[in-house]
Amino acid sequence: MTEYSIQGSKDTRSGFGEALHELGKQNPEVVALCADLTGSLKMEAFAAEFPDRFIQVGIAEANMMGIAAGLTIGGKIPFTGTFANFSTGRVYDQIRQSIAYSNKNVKICASHAGVTLGEDGATHQILEDIGMMKMLPNMTVINPCDFNQTRAATLAIANHNGPVYLRFGRPKWPNFTPKGQPFVIGKSLLLNEGKDVTIFATGHLVWNALQACKILENQNIYAEVINIHTIKPLDEEAILASVLKTGCVVSAEEHMRNGGLGDSIAQLLARKYPAPMEMVAVNDKFGESGKPEELLVKFGLDIPDIVEAAIRVIARKPSRF
Amino acid sequence: MLSIQELEQTATQVRRDIIRMVHGASSGHPGASLGCADFLVALYFKIMKPDPGQFTMDGAGEDLFFLSNGHLSAGWYSVLARYGYFEVSELDTFRKMGTRLQGHPATAEGLPGIRISSGSLGQGLSVAIGAALAKKMNHDDHLVYCLMGDGELQEGQNWEALMFAAGKKVDNLVAVVDYNGVQIDGPNDKVLPLGDLQEKFEAFGWNVLTMYGNDMTEVVETLKKAQWFTGQGKPVMIVMTTHMGFGVDFMMDNHEWHGVFPNDTQTQTALEQLNETIGDY
Repeated sequence: MTEYSIQGSKDTRSGFGEALHELGKQNPEVVALCADLTGSLKMEAFAAEFPDRFIQVGIAEANMMGIAAGLTIGGKIPFTGTFANFSTGRVYDQIRQSIAYSNKNVKICASHAGVTLGEDGATHQILEDIGMMKMLPNMTVINPCDFNQTRAATLAIANHNGPVYLRFGRPKWPNFTPKGQPFVIGKSLLLNEGKDVTIFATGHLVWNALQACKILENQNIYAEVINIHTIKPLDEEAILASVLKTGCVVSAEEHMRNGGLGDSIAQLLARKYPAPMEMVAVNDKFGESGKPEELLVKFGLDIPDIVEAAIRVIARKPSRF
Repeated sequence: MLSIQELEQTATQVRRDIIRMVHGASSGHPGASLGCADFLVALYFKIMKPDPGQFTMDGAGEDLFFLSNGHLSAGWYSVLARYGYFEVSELDTFRKMGTRLQGHPATAEGLPGIRISSGSLGQGLSVAIGAALAKKMNHDDHLVYCLMGDGELQEGQNWEALMFAAGKKVDNLVAVVDYNGVQIDGPNDKVLPLGDLQEKFEAFGWNVLTMYGNDMTEVVETLKKAQWFTGQGKPVMIVMTTHMGFGVDFMMDNHEWHGVFPNDTQTQTALEQLNETIGDY
């Protein structure tokens, strides 16, 4: 299979912070807002260099979303920063009315998504955010897989006119996508060609999918691995083309099964090309405290879970494959 | 430059529009729209005077207005049309399928004069703050106005916004609370008392003015005073006492007219109390 070398272990939120700082230099219309989590969101560099364009709103996320919407009216490109939970569930109606329905050019940048947030536990580990955001008309939903890709995605969304939800995380994670790889919103990335099963992964679990692919190859199972960094709009063409070839699907994401990437793919396949599918996702449970790697195991999001899902789904393939 | 008398005549026509629009749509919220007609007319025709022929989303070089209590849509649409943003005949489409005059203000249909959706309460002040901050960043010395309802102040987001605007010295902002004392379920005091609004806003660090919002002279003078208070390090708040349903005796001060449309007879009675001044749509 295609080999990916790790360029160190880095948190995706730092990719966001680095790109935001760069955007500050590139584009005078870029403004950043933060709800008392500047350090956690890695927004310090932007805040230090562009104090006139950095708005500390305090612990008041609803107000932050409204201010961001208002800033767009004056031509600004606001990037809001707080944890994923407080970026979505806490402020859903503010986003719905003042940002999505009004189609405002706000970039909702959300860190600490999913169980890999770790020790803080379920109050902070949101697993429903992709679902909430993708249900909103006008909203683009992006969940990059590593530092480099989060950096690239942050730069890319500044040039996209419209509301965007950008989801990333807290833990240090293998950084393996090529530095400087352009990020095209809505265009999936084929990471490994295969013929037996397609694994569609998003976020942190893209790396796990690649590791699962390696294990499967040792068992003479050739998995296609596709990085769906943009959950909405979904790259339907690439998904259908791959499933047409492999005939079965595994989705992998650090999110609730309801409303996640797998849910979007299942809807597409049900409409266009029904195929056996397994979903590696959290099944209707809240998270809990623990180390990220322990929690991934406990919630069924680990590498062996993807391997087993692939074997199960291949067994369900109709005989024509 | 319109005289006070001409402004009053326009406000009366706006009130006729409101009754006819709500009656025509068999739905809508006449009460607070009637109460705020004088304020909205004064704001557009005498104070802000934006260019209605050149509506731009960013409103650069102009004062901006945000309606937080979006259920005053009928009154706002009427003022926008009467001011020249669109043909007054379009008021007849209010709340009907395919209209740009949605039940609550929206941007999706591209109605000139509207910059953001509102209706879900408590969000407008935050948006107005954002627009005011953008004006400062753009070195645009024009002002941002925001109208809020009194019942709406029960939403917590307002108090986040009030704290922010004072704490961050957003002094190019004039917020106005329509203090008519009633909300859907009844008087504020029965639903959830608002307490002393003036004291609360002052404690939050705002410059606070009060006015009676159904006297055109007082409205214009207070708004001018509010303009003078801007740029002094504090946001400006006007606590505007109004009568819900002002101009129609059986609607006045009656919370039951918050979101109810008048039947044919009631419409007739109401219109008899509101002279056609500058022509019905």
